[in-house]
Amino acid sequence: MKRLSIVSSLALMLASNAAFAETQITWWHAMGGALGETVNQIATDFNNSQDEYTITPVFKGSYEETLTAGIAAFRAGEQPNIMQVFDAGAATVIGAKGATIPVQDLLTQNGVAFDINDYISGVRYFYADADGKMIGMPFNSSSPIMYFNVDALAASGVEAPKTWEEFETTTAPALIEAGYIPLAQSHSPWIFVENFMSRHNLPFATNDNGYTGSDTQILVNSDEMKMHWTNVKEWLDEGKYAWYGASWDDNQAPFEEGKVAIWMGSSGSFGGLMQKDLPFEFSATYLPYWEEITTEPTQTFIGGASLFAMAGKSDEENAATAAFFEFLTSPEVQYMWHRETGYVPITTAAYELAKEDGHYDRFPAAEVGIQQLSLASGENTKGYRMGFYPQIRDVMNREFGRILTDETSVEAAFETIETEANELLSRFAMTQN
Amino acid sequence: MKRAGFSDRWLPVLFLLPQLTIIVIFFYWPAAHAVRSSFFLQDPFGFGETFVGIKNYTMLLDSASYLRAAWFTVIFVTLVTFLSLAIALLLAVKADKVIRGAKTYRTLLMWVYAVAPPVAGVIGLVLFDQSWGPIKDFVAQFGWDFRLGVNYFDTAFTLVVMSVWKQLPVNFIFFLSGLQSIPRSVREAALIDNRSAAGRFWDVTFPLLAPTGFFLLIINITYALFDTFGIFDTTFKGEPGNNPMTLVYKVYLDGFRGNDLGGSSAQSVILMVLVLALTIFQFRMVERRIHYT
Repeated sequence: MKRLSIVSSLALMLASNAAFAETQITWWHAMGGALGETVNQIATDFNNSQDEYTITPVFKGSYEETLTAGIAAFRAGEQPNIMQVFDAGAATVIGAKGATIPVQDLLTQNGVAFDINDYISGVRYFYADADGKMIGMPFNSSSPIMYFNVDALAASGVEAPKTWEEFETTTAPALIEAGYIPLAQSHSPWIFVENFMSRHNLPFATNDNGYTGSDTQILVNSDEMKMHWTNVKEWLDEGKYAWYGASWDDNQAPFEEGKVAIWMGSSGSFGGLMQKDLPFEFSATYLPYWEEITTEPTQTFIGGASLFAMAGKSDEENAATAAFFEFLTSPEVQYMWHRETGYVPITTAAYELAKEDGHYDRFPAAEVGIQQLSLASGENTKGYRMGFYPQIRDVMNREFGRILTDETSVEAAFETIETEANELLSRFAMTQN
Repeated sequence: MKRAGFSDRWLPVLFLLPQLTIIVIFFYWPAAHAVRSSFFLQDPFGFGETFVGIKNYTMLLDSASYLRAAWFTVIFVTLVTFLSLAIALLLAVKADKVIRGAKTYRTLLMWVYAVAPPVAGVIGLVLFDQSWGPIKDFVAQFGWDFRLGVNYFDTAFTLVVMSVWKQLPVNFIFFLSGLQSIPRSVREAALIDNRSAAGRFWDVTFPLLAPTGFFLLIINITYALFDTFGIFDTTFKGEPGNNPMTLVYKVYLDGFRGNDLGGSSAQSVILMVLVLALTIFQFRMVERRIHYT
């Protein structure tokens, strides 16, 4: 008996030694709740799939908090190996050359095959530099899509609108007639500005939407943008649109309660909506477009966040990071992530796997995000690159709130947004010297 | 008489050293750093920076949103300070007269003190929520379409109410102990001179409470300026939007959310100057006008 315990403790010691020999890497992320559990699952699966490396995921709060924590840690030389950075923070981290190792270089240096064409087109270049080299690894990629209450639309005798003209003249009046609030949306800058530009193939900023220079000017104060927002305000006054403040959840809740018939949110909201077991059937489709602007609507681009490999780490740790990225982008892991969360699979292979498995036969709405990201592309559909963009979004949110509460006019609001955004952009350009 | 003193002139310095070290490391060094940063525009990761002189400051003075926040801060601080002092004084005067169950009554008035500001914010969200808040339902009966997070005034209203509620117990405790330290003989003498309770309060009790009141005034102004941050942060649910905000919240937004180190340092320096002015005012007033007996 005694001998047995000695043997087993020896075995334990050996095992723990083996564990120490593994290369440890850390991953800071902003995925809370159910998303965080899936992140932990991916990390556990990776650790169990091989015995050279161990990854530890750490939840650091919101996107903004994670970025700030990562920056502070970098300045103190304590940065994690992998940091998750959201779309609006991309310019900050990509602008700081030397803070990260471009993911494309990391993978090829560590012998991992990399071909940017393996990634679906709406995902490919958002986190790339001007030459098309991928800097950040797209991770939780989503796109704004239009969810609708199938029962509400059936009761009103209308279909999900394809264009804003159709919404205005046909869909909204019928829904009001049937006792519903026709429309809500959860993120004005993302849905009604950034992806509005992409959907209509309109330029969002100079310098090829900010990708090819730092002296960028925003092009938000355009006739198309003001036309859209003038209509949005009219819809609000006519009861065709309801606004519940800048918070995401406050705008989603009335849709879940069945009061609002059409809600625009993220393709990544799909998993959460499925889990909630709503008292009505829901589905989703593409964002509408204005026929008066274009008759050939284009794709949207990704939102969400990507993973950056931080610089200043040893070769062994970088090898571990590369191995993890390889694991993460494998079709099986991507499909699992897509299935559990609703975020889009980032590679064509993962998309094919989901199709083969019959995922979209079971949940047709789960495919809308990736389909919309794969629509025809244009010169303005790969994304944007602007510094201090989180503040520019805050400025937009503030001015949109003021439009919708009658504190300012559409004309004045867009002038303010243009002035303040350009001021922020020129300030950001000065931080890059 | 022999004065007690140190024989070695370095000994007192040695004793003071730990305290001085802490002050220098945690207060002066960061403050100096902030002043320096406020004249630069800096890459958040620390790779590059440009000297811009006083541009970070002039930008603030030109910025409509900063002036809007400054104006809101003035109104907010005035309202919160006045209301929390006035209500607490009223409660303390009334509690001072309670004879039966005095302790229970006072404890009930004080327990809110244990609530942290972010929690107060969450309680405010629950009470005032735009879709299911009970207070929203209540005021709807009077035709007030209350919409927290949508309407600027309604949001400001909620922030003021929650900030006042959170601060009441502190003021209450101080006022009550202030009242209880007024000598019995003075009160009895006043009772003979003046039959009106209100008259006695304004002529005798209120002036005797002045030291406490002045101290609380300073405490409340700094509370409303700085410590209400948690209430704002939880009420906004991560999206400031067009909601009213104080200058301290703006420092956080630009510095921590936006990574604009130069701009937010300039804002911090402005706040430092404000606090400095407040402190100087406090000491001057203490020396000249207010007599602590």
